[in-house]
Amino acid sequence: MSHDTTRRDLLKSAAIGAVAIAPGLTLIAPPAQARAPGQPASAANRWGLLIDTRKCGSVCTACVDACKTEMGLPALDRPATDAQYIRKVDVKDPKTGHQHSLPVMCQHCAKPPCVDVCPTGASMKRADGIVLVDRHICIGCRYCMMACPYKARSFAHEDQSGQKDHNPRGKGCVESCTLCVHRIDAGGQPACVEACSKDGGAAMLFGDLNDPKSEISQRISKEATSRIRADLGVEPAIRYQGI
Amino acid sequence: MSTHRVDYLAIPAWTKGWLTLVAALGAVVAVAGLSVLYMEHQGHWVTGMTNQVVWGMPHVFAIFLIVAASGALNVASIGSVFGREVYQPLGRLSALMAMALLAGGLAVLVLDLGRPDRLIVAMTHFNFKSIFAWNVILYSGFFAVVGFYLWTMIDWRMKRVYKPAAITAFLWRLVLTTGTGSIFGFLMARDAYNAAVMAPLFIAMSFAFGLALFILFLMGSSKALDRPLSLELLRKKGRLLGLFVAANLYFVAIQHVTALYQADRGPVEAFILLHGGIHTWLFWAVQVGLGGVLPLILTLRPDASRDRLAAAAILVALGGMAQIYVILIGGQAFPLTLFPGMETTSSFADGQVASYVPSLAEVLLGLGGFALALLVTLLGASALRILPASLGDGEEATAEVLDAEGEPHAAQ
Repeated sequence: MSHDTTRRDLLKSAAIGAVAIAPGLTLIAPPAQARAPGQPASAANRWGLLIDTRKCGSVCTACVDACKTEMGLPALDRPATDAQYIRKVDVKDPKTGHQHSLPVMCQHCAKPPCVDVCPTGASMKRADGIVLVDRHICIGCRYCMMACPYKARSFAHEDQSGQKDHNPRGKGCVESCTLCVHRIDAGGQPACVEACSKDGGAAMLFGDLNDPKSEISQRISKEATSRIRADLGVEPAIRYQGI
Repeated sequence: MSTHRVDYLAIPAWTKGWLTLVAALGAVVAVAGLSVLYMEHQGHWVTGMTNQVVWGMPHVFAIFLIVAASGALNVASIGSVFGREVYQPLGRLSALMAMALLAGGLAVLVLDLGRPDRLIVAMTHFNFKSIFAWNVILYSGFFAVVGFYLWTMIDWRMKRVYKPAAITAFLWRLVLTTGTGSIFGFLMARDAYNAAVMAPLFIAMSFAFGLALFILFLMGSSKALDRPLSLELLRKKGRLLGLFVAANLYFVAIQHVTALYQADRGPVEAFILLHGGIHTWLFWAVQVGLGGVLPLILTLRPDASRDRLAAAAILVALGGMAQIYVILIGGQAFPLTLFPGMETTSSFADGQVASYVPSLAEVLLGLGGFALALLVTLLGASALRILPASLGDGEEATAEVLDAEGEPHAAQ
């Protein structure tokens, strides 16, 4: 633990140095927190998102499109079985007619029901809170899909082609949003967040919920946020504003 | 205190009728195998199952068979654990059918996995927080426990451990069905599940479905083998079936009334009970009407005829399939509640009732499970002395009852 903290502090110092030397750069990229190869994920981090639905346009699908490209999810034009790691959900209050739109993906719960029910342990939560499926031991029973309160998971219903190196997919296994773990491990941020800030309404903020100095922690400590189905007590890492 | 001995006779094999039945069942199993090859080669997109309805017809068949398996063991338990002598001659068949039905159900379940080739992974990697992982152990152990129990019934040298084996098997089947019901009971995500009543409900279901299949096999085999079968014994079993059906209806009522009392469960209850289309129809007409109320009327009449008892057993099985369909498919068809009180729409079918049209391959796989169960029972009862030579009464009752101690005798 102390090792991680030290490393993070070092990286922060480096980032602060970068701010001092080239202030313009901080507008483009967050401080790099890449893990060294072989170094395990650390419980010192809790990666999460803050999504401001007030900035999320109902017709905008920048995050969804970016995800499909990033993760190599081809559209087979079979909506009932095509994989969707992230989707735009339109929410309407039937009493008032008020509508808003928001992206929903794996909520990377602290107490993930999918991990609880998985018979083999293929559904797993990394130390840094990212929920993943180990495709080597997923037997395709789909119990996790029954258990997920967010319908965040998809089943690979057919042979796969055009796969990305960082997202190997296999017919007969369950899959879902990885929070772009390959990018996070390299010090980057999820593709959806990047696309939202570039082509969308800049509604998504990625960061470390365990770092009190991170922008996301600062915001959630000062602004009202909520989580989808917070009543279930699964403690998602995805927070929303305006829902 | 009677001391009559029960004679057991194996089903004579290699007769024309036997060969025809084995060939027919083998053909159904083979067709199911081809269906599996097709679905696994193509992927599940060729089935009716989707990302919304993730468990489909194979699971309806599999769960029915697994639930019925533990119920089929009850006849043996009533004879041994609860000392009802009249049921003891049927203990062997009861245990064999329990294992055969479980084998059929598990075969269907396993062959529908996305990666059935990884079955060994499921056997070697256990997440003990998962009720599924527990079920892998409970189902495997069931074969061992019931197999041993059957051995103690057949081999007189094992009679010392007959009673402990019987009690172990009885407790094991209760835990097993609790585990099966808890697959749904533990699912907090879906409004139709997430209820403790699922475990006792499934136990009541198992009592009814298992006994119904047992009665049907007993009547069928007695007729085919031309062995006497007492009408009084059948009526007794019929009344027991009626009791189990009533217990099932009771837990179904508890399940829905409890949910109706919770405001947030109102929509899903309205869906199942009022405007769920096929699910509502199956619930009221097939599950409750044909599979519940009608068998009650048929079985509880003191003068019930053989045909009526057979009809009641068929209806209970039919109603059972409908019940599992409504629980399983109906519970998934109703959309997940992401935003309580709100209307939702998305490209991923949020807020929409999911449609499910089972493919032929799925149904054939499920029927293969039934055929496999019957085939295993038939082969088992042909290889071993499972069926009593006579279950008649009056002049036919020479070999009916066993000794007062409730101990099984070796066949000679």
